[in-house]
Amino acid sequence: MKESNPSLIRPSDKSFFPYIFTAFFVLAFVDSWRRADIDPVVFFEKKGQEALWKFLTGMFPPDVSWNFISLMLRPALETIQISLWGTLIAVAIGFPLGLLGTHTLAVRGILNDAELQGAPVRRGMRYGLYFLARGLLSLFRSIPEFVWALMFVRAVGLGPFPGVLAIGVAYGGMLGKVYSEIFEAVNYRPLEALQSVGANKLQIFFYGWFPQALPNFVSYTLYRWECAVRASAILGLVGAGGLGQQIEISMRMFNFNEVLTILIILFMMVAAVDYISAKIRAML
Amino acid sequence: MSTPPTRNSCETIPAPRGRVREGPTVKNLLVLAGVLMFLVWSYYGAEIHLSQLLSRNSLGQIVIYIKKLFPPDFSPAVLQEALKGTIETFAISFMGTLMAVVIALSIVFFASKNLIYSGLLYELEPRQGWKRAARRVPYLAAKSVLNILRTIPEMVWALIFVFLVGLGPFPGVLALGVHTGGVLGKLFGEVLEDVDAQPIESLQSTGASRLQILCYGILPQVLPQFISYSLYRWEVNIRVAAVLGLVGAGGLGQRIHIAISLFLENQLLTLILAIYILVTAVDYLSAYLRRKVM
Repeated sequence: MKESNPSLIRPSDKSFFPYIFTAFFVLAFVDSWRRADIDPVVFFEKKGQEALWKFLTGMFPPDVSWNFISLMLRPALETIQISLWGTLIAVAIGFPLGLLGTHTLAVRGILNDAELQGAPVRRGMRYGLYFLARGLLSLFRSIPEFVWALMFVRAVGLGPFPGVLAIGVAYGGMLGKVYSEIFEAVNYRPLEALQSVGANKLQIFFYGWFPQALPNFVSYTLYRWECAVRASAILGLVGAGGLGQQIEISMRMFNFNEVLTILIILFMMVAAVDYISAKIRAML
Repeated sequence: MSTPPTRNSCETIPAPRGRVREGPTVKNLLVLAGVLMFLVWSYYGAEIHLSQLLSRNSLGQIVIYIKKLFPPDFSPAVLQEALKGTIETFAISFMGTLMAVVIALSIVFFASKNLIYSGLLYELEPRQGWKRAARRVPYLAAKSVLNILRTIPEMVWALIFVFLVGLGPFPGVLALGVHTGGVLGKLFGEVLEDVDAQPIESLQSTGASRLQILCYGILPQVLPQFISYSLYRWEVNIRVAAVLGLVGAGGLGQRIHIAISLFLENQLLTLILAIYILVTAVDYLSAYLRRKVM
């Protein structure tokens, strides 16, 4: 941040930007306030306060009867299972697409410069693949996992499986993008050294490229797994298994003490997964 | 090191700590077997049917579904509805993020150790004392509030707020604001806890009060990062706002839910395209603003 302080007084900042920005901001604020039906008074009216009171008193004490908890055990495990396979499928989608979408691996850089010199057709084909992979990744990650889940519920039916596929596709897009960034950031010295001793492309990749990328690679994948646990816990809201379905049922039946129990289970699960993934990351 | 001290111990080569490669040990194999069993258990638990999915029959079904999506429905009525949903989604994410910033800023100063009870600002106070203990109370309270806000997912908050204030975009704003408030509170707290101590010290040495130190020594340091994190969360929120409608909280999600439930695949594709454009536009806008700030 210390470096950025001098830049605050660079001449280009004496532009109209602050004024334009402020005008835009105020406009967006006023329009959004109206459009989003914002009405804070609700909480001070009788109706809102009654609902709030009903909700808060309904939550306590949480339902900790064995009957209910044993019923929640299976969805809770299911949530973990969905997140695990969702992440695996995401890796299976993100890794190859991420490789193809890495500029220095697919089109330029020391692996390809010699080969593609003076071969415009091949270069064009490579660029085609590269842009295809990038486009697919961006498509996968721009559609939210909930929309994927809805579509997969249509395609393969209710249950945890559409949840797995939804997480796999949406997170595949995110992983692929980050993987390609990791691959792009490797140090090129070892690669050149390998090339100069006559290693072929695969050897360069496995002995020079991959080992450098691996720690970041694993660490980011674990981070995504943590996110996947949270996501799969609520994908059930659209019928894709896990705890979400139970939350919605309890909410709709106004059994707020059950909601609290499920939230506590969710909290413990997320904490456990965060702990495990932190342990694995510490081993790297 | 447990090696006995020799005359010139610098010459002894320290034993490598772990990390010696000598082929898989029994422990490695057991861990591997455990992981594999875990995966298989998950495979059946999550009712995954990859072979079935990749069979000709269901692949054919997916192809049919994709074909049904095309062409997207660009009739004026649908376009108008998509535009309305897009603007509403933008409004929800915008107001939600603003609310989150307000919540985070009103809590975070109590939730960072170096501002509330320890570190440079308080080093002149006696170490043990009721005052110091009393300062911990707001700290712990603020931390746990942030934790609760953060742990409950946006969608669950949305369900709760739909119950509290009724259907529409307003519960979406509240859900985003409350959850993101928790997340931003944590991120802001981390920024506050590793501010550069030197400006603070020099301010202190000129006799500035704590409030002055906060305003002139700490806030200028953290503000760019605060803004940058807020913009980042806005990018996340625009994606969430697009689906909050699935639980009745307005925006594009509501229209998507309707389109899917009524088998209006062509309209669905239009709405998905709208999400894509909105998300990409907000990403660029936020990246541009972030470059301006940092």
